[in-house]
Amino acid sequence: MISFFNVSKVYPNGVKALQGVSLQIEKGEFVFIVGPSGAGKSTLIKLIFREELPTKGQIYINGRSILRMKRRDVPYLRRQIGMVFQDFRLLPDRTVYENVAFAMQVVGAKRSEIKKRVPEVLKMVGLEKRMDDYPLQLSGGEQQRTAIARALVNNPSTIIADEPTGNLDINTSWEIMECFQEINDKGTTIIIATHAKEIVDSMRQRVIALERGKIVRDEHRGVYANATT
Amino acid sequence: MSTGVYMQMLLLRQAYYIFQEVGRSLIRNSLLNFAAVGTTAISLFVLGVGVLLVINTNEIAKTIESDIEIMVYMRHNLAEEDALTLEPLIDNISGVQETTFISRDEALKSLVKQFGDEVEESVGEENPLPDTIKVKISDPREVNKIAAEIEDLPGVESVRYGGQDFVKKLFSLTNWVRIIGLLLITLLGLCGIFLIATTTRLTIFARRREINIMKYVGATDWFVRWPFLLEGIILGFFGALLAVGVLYFSYGALIAKIQETISFLPLVNSSAVLFRIFEGLLAIGIVMGAVGSTFSVRRYLRV
Repeated sequence: MISFFNVSKVYPNGVKALQGVSLQIEKGEFVFIVGPSGAGKSTLIKLIFREELPTKGQIYINGRSILRMKRRDVPYLRRQIGMVFQDFRLLPDRTVYENVAFAMQVVGAKRSEIKKRVPEVLKMVGLEKRMDDYPLQLSGGEQQRTAIARALVNNPSTIIADEPTGNLDINTSWEIMECFQEINDKGTTIIIATHAKEIVDSMRQRVIALERGKIVRDEHRGVYANATT
Repeated sequence: MSTGVYMQMLLLRQAYYIFQEVGRSLIRNSLLNFAAVGTTAISLFVLGVGVLLVINTNEIAKTIESDIEIMVYMRHNLAEEDALTLEPLIDNISGVQETTFISRDEALKSLVKQFGDEVEESVGEENPLPDTIKVKISDPREVNKIAAEIEDLPGVESVRYGGQDFVKKLFSLTNWVRIIGLLLITLLGLCGIFLIATTTRLTIFARRREINIMKYVGATDWFVRWPFLLEGIILGFFGALLAVGVLYFSYGALIAKIQETISFLPLVNSSAVLFRIFEGLLAIGIVMGAVGSTFSVRRYLRV
C-alpha cells in the first residue's frame, strides 16, 4: 500500500513539481497516472521509489515512512518495487535470460533459485523462446517484456512503469498493457504513468490525473480526460 | 538457517559476481590499468630506495659512532703511578663505557711495531710519548661534554677525539635523503592515487547502465561499490608487487657489487629487514588503491 499525505516537492532550481498531493493506492490496484508533460508524474514515481525525498508531507510504502527510512534500508524498499522504463534499460551485452537473472544476482539469490525463477517469469511475459537472444535481436515489445520480467523476478508487491509504451506502436502497446493486466490479476499492484489515451480510456482502471503538480481528478474506472477538459 | 550462515552464503554468491566484474573491467581498460600500476610501482620503488638509503646510512653512521673514542694524554712529567690513579676517575664520569690505560712504553712499542726500528733510533733514550688512557663512550653525541670534563682533571695534558664530524655530515645527508625522498614519494604517490581514481572512474563510466539498473533493482550500496574498490586494491597491489620485484633484484645486485669493492661497508642485507620493507610497500600499495578508488566511487557513484 502506498500513501501520500499532503506531499509537496520543490526542486533546488525552484520548480514546484508537486503541491499538496494526497493519495492512497491499495494493494492489488491498477492505477494510471496521466497528465501533460511536466505535471509531476515522474516526480511522483521518484518519490515512491525514494529517488527523491519530498520537501513537505509524508509518504508511506507498505507501512514504512520513506522519510524516516535509513539510507541503508532503501535498497530493501526498492526490492519491493519493480521499475519499468520507457527506454527499457536492458544490458545490450547480456541475453534476455542474463538480463533478468541479473536482478536476482544483485539481491543475492541462490543460483538454483535463479535457474528456476527466471524461466518461470520469462514464460509469464511470453518470452520463453527468446531466452538466449540479445536485446538488440528483439522487437521493442519483446524488449519491454524482458524489462517487465526483470521487474517482476524478485516478486515485488508493486510494479511502477514510467511511460512503458512511449517507444512502442499501438498494437505492441496493447500487448504490453495486457501483460501488465495479467500480472495485476495475480495480485501485484501496478502503477503506470502514461500518455496512451486510447488504452487508458478502454481499460477503465483507476485514473489519477495530475496538472501543474496537483491532483485534478482521481476516478475509479476512469478515462484519460474528462469531456470538459 | 541462522542469519550468520545466511549472510555468509549471501556474501559467497555475491563474491562470485563481484570477482567476475573485476576481471572484466581489468581486461577492458588494460592501457589505463597499465599506467596506474606503473605509476604506483614507480612511486613505491622510490619509496623503497629512500627507505633502503636511510637505513643503510643509519647503519654506517652507527658503526662509525661506535668507534668513536677519546684519547686522553697525560702530562709528560706525570709518573705512571699517578697516571694510573686517573683511570678510575675517568671511569666514574657518566657516559664513559670503558677505559684502557696505555703506558708510554706500550705506546712506543706499538709505534715501533708499526713503523719499524728507525722510530726507536730517532726517539733515542728519552721516550717522548705520554701515558695515554683510551676512553670509549656509550653515546657519541656526548663526546664533547665528556672530553671537556676529562680535560679538567688534574694531570691531563690534552684530549683528542675524532669521527663525529663525519657522522654529523652523514646524518645531515640522511636528513636530506629523507626530505627529498618524502617529497618525491608524496608527489608520485598522489599521481598513483590519481591514476587509480581515474581508472576506477572510467570503469564506473563504462558500467553506468549496469549501476543504474542495480540501483533500481535494489542493490545495496556496498554491492555496487565492491567491484570498484577491489579493482583499485588489485591495481595498487600489482603496482607494489612490481616495485618490490625490481627493488629486490636491483638491491641484491647493488649490494653484491658494493661488497666486492668496499667490503668493510656495513650494509643492510638481512632478509628479515628487507621483507619488512617489502611488506610495508605492499600494504601501502593496497592502501593507495583503496584510497584512489574510494575517491572515485564517492564522487561518481551516488547510489
